[in-house]
Amino acid sequence: MTLLSVRNLRAYYQTEAYGISRTVQAVDGISFDLFPNEIYGVAGESSCGKTTLIKVISGNIKHPLKVLEGSVIYNFNGYQVDMLQISEDELRRNVRWKQISYVMQGSMSVLNPVRKVIKTFEDIVRTHEGITDKKKFLEQTRAHINRLGLPTDVLNAYPHQLSGGMRQRVAIALATVFQPALIIADEPTTALDVVVQRGVLHMIKDIQAMSKNTVLLVTHDMAVHANVTDRMMIMYAGRIAEEAPTESIFNAPLHPYTQHLINSLPMIGEKTTRTSLGGSPPNLANPPGGCRFHPRCPHVMDECRTVVPDLVTVKERHRVACHLFKEDSV
Amino acid sequence: MIFLSYDSPYDPSKSFVVPWDLPPSWEHPFGTTSRGQDLFWWLTFAVRNSLYVGVVTAIISRVISILVGLTAGYRGGWIDRVLMAISDTFVVLPLLPILILLSFLLRESMNLLNLAIILGLFGWSFDARLIRSQVLSLRERSFTRTAVYSGTNSFWITIHEHLPFVLPIVFATTLNNLLWSMGMEVTLSVLGLSDLSTPTLGTALFWANQHGALVAGVWWWITAPALVTAVLFLGLYLLFTSINEYIDPRTRLRLIGG
Amino acid sequence: MSTSEKLLDVQHVTVKFHIGGLLGGTFLTAVNDVSFSLESNKPEIFTLAGESGSGKTTLSRVLLRDLEPTAGRVLFEGRDVSTIRKRSEFIEFMKKVQPVFQNPFETFSPLRRVEAYLFDTANNFKMASNDRDAARVVDDALRNVGLSLDEVRQRYPHELSGGQIQRVSVARALISQPRLILADEPVSMVDASLRMEIVNLFRKLRDEKGVSVLYITHDLATAYYISDRIAIMLRGYIVEMGPVEDVLERPAHPYTQLLKESVPEPAPQKRETWARHIELGATEVKEYGRIGCKFAGRCPKVMDICREADPPNVQVGQQMVKCYLYSERGEKAAAEAQP
Ligand SMILES: Nc1ncnc2c1ncn2[C@@H]1O[C@H](COP(=O)(O)OP(=O)(O)OP(=O)(O)O)[C@@H](O)[C@H]1O
Ligand SMILES: Nc1ncnc2c1ncn2[C@@H]1O[C@H](COP(=O)(O)OP(=O)(O)OP(=O)(O)O)[C@@H](O)[C@H]1O
Ligand SMILES: [Mg+2]
Ligand SMILES: [Mg+2]
Repeated sequence: MTLLSVRNLRAYYQTEAYGISRTVQAVDGISFDLFPNEIYGVAGESSCGKTTLIKVISGNIKHPLKVLEGSVIYNFNGYQVDMLQISEDELRRNVRWKQISYVMQGSMSVLNPVRKVIKTFEDIVRTHEGITDKKKFLEQTRAHINRLGLPTDVLNAYPHQLSGGMRQRVAIALATVFQPALIIADEPTTALDVVVQRGVLHMIKDIQAMSKNTVLLVTHDMAVHANVTDRMMIMYAGRIAEEAPTESIFNAPLHPYTQHLINSLPMIGEKTTRTSLGGSPPNLANPPGGCRFHPRCPHVMDECRTVVPDLVTVKERHRVACHLFKEDSV
Repeated sequence: MIFLSYDSPYDPSKSFVVPWDLPPSWEHPFGTTSRGQDLFWWLTFAVRNSLYVGVVTAIISRVISILVGLTAGYRGGWIDRVLMAISDTFVVLPLLPILILLSFLLRESMNLLNLAIILGLFGWSFDARLIRSQVLSLRERSFTRTAVYSGTNSFWITIHEHLPFVLPIVFATTLNNLLWSMGMEVTLSVLGLSDLSTPTLGTALFWANQHGALVAGVWWWITAPALVTAVLFLGLYLLFTSINEYIDPRTRLRLIGG
Repeated sequence: MSTSEKLLDVQHVTVKFHIGGLLGGTFLTAVNDVSFSLESNKPEIFTLAGESGSGKTTLSRVLLRDLEPTAGRVLFEGRDVSTIRKRSEFIEFMKKVQPVFQNPFETFSPLRRVEAYLFDTANNFKMASNDRDAARVVDDALRNVGLSLDEVRQRYPHELSGGQIQRVSVARALISQPRLILADEPVSMVDASLRMEIVNLFRKLRDEKGVSVLYITHDLATAYYISDRIAIMLRGYIVEMGPVEDVLERPAHPYTQLLKESVPEPAPQKRETWARHIELGATEVKEYGRIGCKFAGRCPKVMDICREADPPNVQVGQQMVKCYLYSERGEKAAAEAQP
């Protein structure tokens, strides 16, 4: 059974101002599935379209972002949702927070800076389920906070009184009050230091282990993926370069981009020179033809310059989009 | 209309050059006044003079507010405190009574230019505060520090780094200021406190009132200036919103693809 | 200049901030009695690492003469920087000490072309006598970071990628041919591949240009990769300092051990250590206010004595460690607690 199935998704930013129109091909033909009870990672360099992909699959499609083609279908235990057709009203009533919740980099945007944390919980619960018994609500919230290993006195604090890491964990607690089927976390720890990052990621892992739901974790930090995710995709310039179980990505990467990414990671105890990728990141307003990685690829062939490689399954649960690999050649 | 004024067949300071109290007609599009003036041509001068007051006031107050705002914001410390104290004083001063008082004192020399200068001297304080608060936040951003460690002195930091962010605010408030000063002029004129021999939108209304235009059934004498004022204000508003959109760094950034 | 002279000598620098309301409130000692030095004749990359809010940025602001220390002195090439008063002296100082900031997109004004900053720097520090000369100086600096003036000309910051802007930012710092670059988290906003690009650049500067770099970060993996020595900061104090191999391969201070363990390793098969649950600190201000060792609240090896007074600085092998575990007094206390 799949929780989410995305097929051939194409979403562009189309802006027009004073006669100059620009199209940014941020998501360009992406297909993948998410299953219940897994932590799925999305990695890729800055501005390769990770956040854009998240926006589309969480139903946050606003001008100038436009979906040109493809489908995004959820199956929440039999409750089917077509994200590209659903009405804003139903999305708000039945899907957001309850089935899908979203944790962002800056948690301040969820927490109201002038209200105590508990009030924000109250607002969210009231708008989605209504509160009939205030005492019961308080009890449940405390229990929820406790279960996640946070001290209950954070509920009576104002957001600015909490440290950055605590705030981020409160935001996660808030995102999980309704036990959603899918938790989407976009760079949840990028601004935090390693110790706090560790605490926050532990919490995400614990929640997942407890409620057996699905976590979609987006970050460019490969080391985080190595420690947290079960399966992951490597995005490059709006497309999937490779998708596999995390172990395979790290131990047997196939795509030249992935290989480079893995080899360039510094490690304590190893001082050998790591090279960085030559060339510059692709411009999504005017991407290179064929395989978008070809201008920086060490194995570039003629074919790569003109033909877009298909994402082919080369091993069980291992897909790669590169002309070096053909479905039957492995 | 302003340009038309240079081509006017009649001298606005003279009266009784045309038959009086004529309703609008082809020959006299807005009619004529009880003082024997062609209202259309007379108003061309009025608009020109009113705009003149507005523009001079706006320029003077803009210059002062930019200087004060940028300096106070970037320098901080006691300079900031002194400048802001002065600016606050101007904000709380009851403007109208002071203007009335000044008009009495300056009765003789209260020409348009002086009026504009006085208005300009009173109109800067609020915007200076706005600019200062903007600069205060700009000062904390890294690029200001980059400029400092590029060896740039504070004068050029203000001009190169901060002014471009402040200009849109200045333009946005120019309109308010322009309308405000023209409104002020109308108020003073209607009260008969300005140089009444110069045609402006305000003096137009003053004279119309003096002659009991409405009571006498010369409705066009009141309606025409009011209409012209409305059209003028609306036109200015549209002009400024579009200029502003063009100049605002956010639009510009979006345009160049930021 | 004698060979033994120090390039940078930080002596017992302390910075206190007043926090809380106008009346009352308390002091927060963001930098506490910090001392270290960089040799003049041996360019090196010196890392300042530690959690968020441990005083790294505050210390770097003191070194840049952006902030007066409450106590202590900073000597640059033997001169106390607080005696710099005249603008001409400040220009001379900035010529030799240059910053690189954290967020590449904030380093340059979005409304100015980036080359303007490069030319400003060249002209203000009198590195060029005319425009043609300035263009050459700027181009040289850009070539050092793998760019060229042609690539950057007429461009606004958002028309360059994050890595490119950060390299331009380093190039700008190089124009005045400084002896020391202070880089405050220069890579924390960029992704892995750009990160290596910039970090490799610092290495090259040290080896080829003889520029010393003070590298501020909480990313211990890159710190290990490029630096020669490292100092670990905790709530204002330097708690461990020494050659980077010693400190990070055999961390002595329990806090350094925690930091090291928290760096996720890019190897899925080694998840266990990282996955062990940890105690997150109390709020910053609370830890700053603690008497004795600031880490006592989270330390797995805490002793009673740790909560009583500041631990001493102890030399352990090549490392300086601020911890009772390695001092005589601490050993005595531990022995007493044993039987
Ligand atoms: N509102 C927008 N209008 C136009 N273009 C946009 C908009 N938002 C993003 N883009 C462009 O779309 C591309 C993908 O952006 P996106 O935010 O998805 O990247 P990302 O992978 O999340 O990067 P990061 O790691 O930096 O967060 C970028 O080139 C970006 O400039
Ligand atoms: N101007 C100030 N006034 C009051 N407190 C300050 C000021 N600047 C910094 N602090 C406090 O000093 C402490 C150290 O801050 P600092 O910015 O030096 O930390 P840091 O190590 O650079 O952290 P990060 O990794 O988050 O950049 C923090 O608790 C901070 O809140
Ligand atoms: Mg993103
Ligand atoms: Mg800092």
